[in-house]
Amino acid sequence: MSESRTIRVGALTRVEGEGALHVSLNNNVIDRVELNIYEPPRFFEAFLRGRPLEDVPDLTARICGICPVAYQMSSACAIEAALEIEIPNEIHQLRKLLYCGEWIESHCLHMHLLQAPDFFGYSSGLELGKHFPDEVKRGLRLKKIGNQILEVLGGRSVHPVNVCIGGFYRTPVPDELQNLIPELEWGLQAAIETTHWISGFDFPDFVRDYDLISISNSSDYPWFGVTMASSKGESFDVKEYEQVICEYQVPHSTALQAQKIESRTSCLFGPLARINHSRDNFHPNARKLADRVNTQWPCNNPFQSILARGLEVVHAFEEALEICRNYQRPSESRIPYQPRAGVGMAATEAPRGTLFHHYEIDDAGLIQHATIIPPTSQNQKQIENDLRDYLPPLLSMEDDQVAQACERLIRSYDPCISCATHFLKLSIERVE
Amino acid sequence: MPEKLRLGIFKFASCDGCQLSLLNAEEELLELAELVEFAHFPEASSRIESGPYDLVLIEGSISTPNDLDHIQKIRRQTDTLVTIGACATAGGIQALRNGANHDEFMKLVYPHPEFVQSLATSTPISNHVSVDFELRGCPVDTGQLLQIISDKLHHRKFSVPDHSVCRDCKLQNIVCVSVARGIPCLGPLTQAGCGAICPRFHRGCYGCFGPCHQTNTDGLTDWLIKDGHSSAELIPLFLNVNAEAPEFARTGAQLMRQDSAEGESHE
Ligand code: SF4
Ligand code: SF4
Repeated sequence: MSESRTIRVGALTRVEGEGALHVSLNNNVIDRVELNIYEPPRFFEAFLRGRPLEDVPDLTARICGICPVAYQMSSACAIEAALEIEIPNEIHQLRKLLYCGEWIESHCLHMHLLQAPDFFGYSSGLELGKHFPDEVKRGLRLKKIGNQILEVLGGRSVHPVNVCIGGFYRTPVPDELQNLIPELEWGLQAAIETTHWISGFDFPDFVRDYDLISISNSSDYPWFGVTMASSKGESFDVKEYEQVICEYQVPHSTALQAQKIESRTSCLFGPLARINHSRDNFHPNARKLADRVNTQWPCNNPFQSILARGLEVVHAFEEALEICRNYQRPSESRIPYQPRAGVGMAATEAPRGTLFHHYEIDDAGLIQHATIIPPTSQNQKQIENDLRDYLPPLLSMEDDQVAQACERLIRSYDPCISCATHFLKLSIERVE
Repeated sequence: MPEKLRLGIFKFASCDGCQLSLLNAEEELLELAELVEFAHFPEASSRIESGPYDLVLIEGSISTPNDLDHIQKIRRQTDTLVTIGACATAGGIQALRNGANHDEFMKLVYPHPEFVQSLATSTPISNHVSVDFELRGCPVDTGQLLQIISDKLHHRKFSVPDHSVCRDCKLQNIVCVSVARGIPCLGPLTQAGCGAICPRFHRGCYGCFGPCHQTNTDGLTDWLIKDGHSSAELIPLFLNVNAEAPEFARTGAQLMRQDSAEGESHE
């Protein structure tokens, strides 16, 4: 006799986006694990067609309010590649500083308000703050410094307005960056303390065999770059991105998923990928700290990505300090250009992982084609695979406990909201 | 201690930036938590409580068949409903699909459009339920958002300044980007609230706070065109994150007609 039962349990929360997890069991053996992502379609790649290329950074920023700078950077770099504009180093440094602000803001939000509560069984960062007031206040101040960088360089922290094709609308005067230095110095020390605190958390023992993918450079920790490294394969040029990784659609989700084309296998993008490939390129404080935190390198435990985020925040503060201390105002805020037909691709490292953009432009400077591959859709298949292996020992527990444990794991990837998702329900279908 | 205000935050089609503007309140957030119960804020807390709610903030636009039902349910459980951001107040950037061929858009983005539920239009919340107040911006301003919550806490009438960005520039002594640099700017038509950010960064306003109350839109477009800008150049300013705000939609459509007429007369 076969009996089927669907149980709906609590909400999958503190993940930015909306979705559900469906698990089906056949005689208590896992049959299917489906991460349903039902973020309403917003059709960016469609309405970008026909828009002037200048609009693209501001328009694509609206894909995600948590990582708008990533969208501005990937789109600007891809279009600049199409126009064959070289960005001078001094402008490039300012873009890196802007990106530091976003990493600090986004990572500190995730570490303190979204993921840390899980290690203590609290429902929110606010509740965590009642028990760890100093740590949470420190975390919020760190996050605020990230926002301050974004405000100085871009006017506001969500959808900053200053990035344009070729550079910036206006570069800051030196005082504006000088004034950030005291807070950045405090932030560096505070980020080190925070990472020590996190290092003492009790991490579930769940070590995976990941194919980790991120940008990789010979000397710079990756925000920008043209070479993609894979821990289980050849490195490849960003221009070959779509020959290596493809998006495909599954019936249970509006977010596209991605996998490697040849092997049809899943990959993991984000802080663990970057830190495993590139921690040798960290600034000295982050480098030293990486050797002292409680993990084994390479680190393949998704729950420890919070530790990787902590180390990346330390590195971002060091980078930001270096840029601010050495800043001289560039003679020009942006490189002039003439619109021309072309094709351009670029990837940059959003807080959650690689964000790839591809544009085709006509000779009037209008977008003819756009492809955007966000990190969350690229991680989705890996998350499903991880859940499949994580679930079996949990199945004897009550459904709401299973749901909580799965939420915890899913949150550890920091799945970006609106690139893709909203989590609402876990349903377990048991066929006996 | 008096009862806390029960606050709910709900999301429809959006980028989450407006909700993030609340999390960006940082220090105030901890103080706020003393006065307000975050009864429904799934992006910040796993504790989800059912209604009724004293105050609900809605981010995002109505864009799927499910949304139609969901928004009615929320309204029924809500005392005061405030929409936050261009998505919720005007349909947002995703309303750029409204004039387009929806099937074509679906096919462009999804290999299997049949798996995806979507409406042909993205519309503001006020098209579907009664709304007590609309807070503009893409994203909303954190200060204005906190003020709305505080107004509700203290039983004050909601209000935000409704003059233009242009006036804020004058008040802050920002050099006019249109006059000094010849850059087209929607500042004279756009509601204040951002602090005139774009002109401060030497660029024109693209109307992310939507049209302000009294606008002389035709006056501005005529002047910009006389100043040497083409209709084609102005269209993307109007058809942007507030493309479906009536005043911007009307002007955008008018400029498109002018642009195609100009195109024909050149042939
Ligand atoms: S109004 Fe703008 S910032 Fe707010 S949710 Fe919509 S797209 Fe994001
Ligand atoms: S100046 Fe205009 S476009 Fe820029 S932030 Fe303000 S309202 Fe938005």
